[in-house]
Amino acid sequence: MIELTEHPIDTQEVLRRVSSTQAGAVVLFLGTTREFTRGRQTLSLNYECYAEMAEKKLKELDAEAHQRWHLVATAIVHRIGQLGLGEASVAIGVSSAHRQDAFEAGKWLIDTLKEVVPIWKQENWADGTAEWVHPPDQTSPIEPFPPSNRSRKPND
Amino acid sequence: MKVEVKLFAVAKQLAGAEAISIELPAGATVQDLRAAIGAQHPVLREITTRAMIAIDTEYVSNDALVPENTDPENSEIALIPPVSGG
Repeated sequence: MIELTEHPIDTQEVLRRVSSTQAGAVVLFLGTTREFTRGRQTLSLNYECYAEMAEKKLKELDAEAHQRWHLVATAIVHRIGQLGLGEASVAIGVSSAHRQDAFEAGKWLIDTLKEVVPIWKQENWADGTAEWVHPPDQTSPIEPFPPSNRSRKPND
Repeated sequence: MKVEVKLFAVAKQLAGAEAISIELPAGATVQDLRAAIGAQHPVLREITTRAMIAIDTEYVSNDALVPENTDPENSEIALIPPVSGG
């Protein structure tokens, strides 16, 4: 399941989508709206995306995760539009037979999403200013997807 | 040739538009496109140095050729500033 939505993320639905009797582990990651960043206070966030490419890249990431780890199911939901403090901007659900795969794949998915997927965050600061976030130290997303520390396939 | 470049986030904000038109010679590369954006829309010069270019929803390298046919169905060009999703 890959979804971009303007609605609050239904985390129970994300869990339902990855639940399975084949899974011994279910991992849920939520990216949530934090109030303070380097001393500045956030009132709300606004997310914008290049929808067609964002969906495509999320699907590619998802497929890559299933290649690198033994996974039962994955679900990625990213919210677009305005979010308040504490709300989830992204949910990544991963299930696997054994927990190492779910934990590693979940981490890799969020780490790589943040480097590659054309979605942008705008901070609405408490001082009334608004600022698009464009990190200065990103690796080029044109390379093959970054390696993970460890992945395990059947006969490793 | 004239190509249209889709803008997002700070680039859209700075240009005050969702897309800009860029004049390019035939056979131009993505590097040429970057230079042309900076020359024809100086307000975008800085962010363009830090942005990726995507053609047909794929990131492209600087030596890639800019497609001559900019039928939106076939060769959509986008300026992708450093992303901040998640």
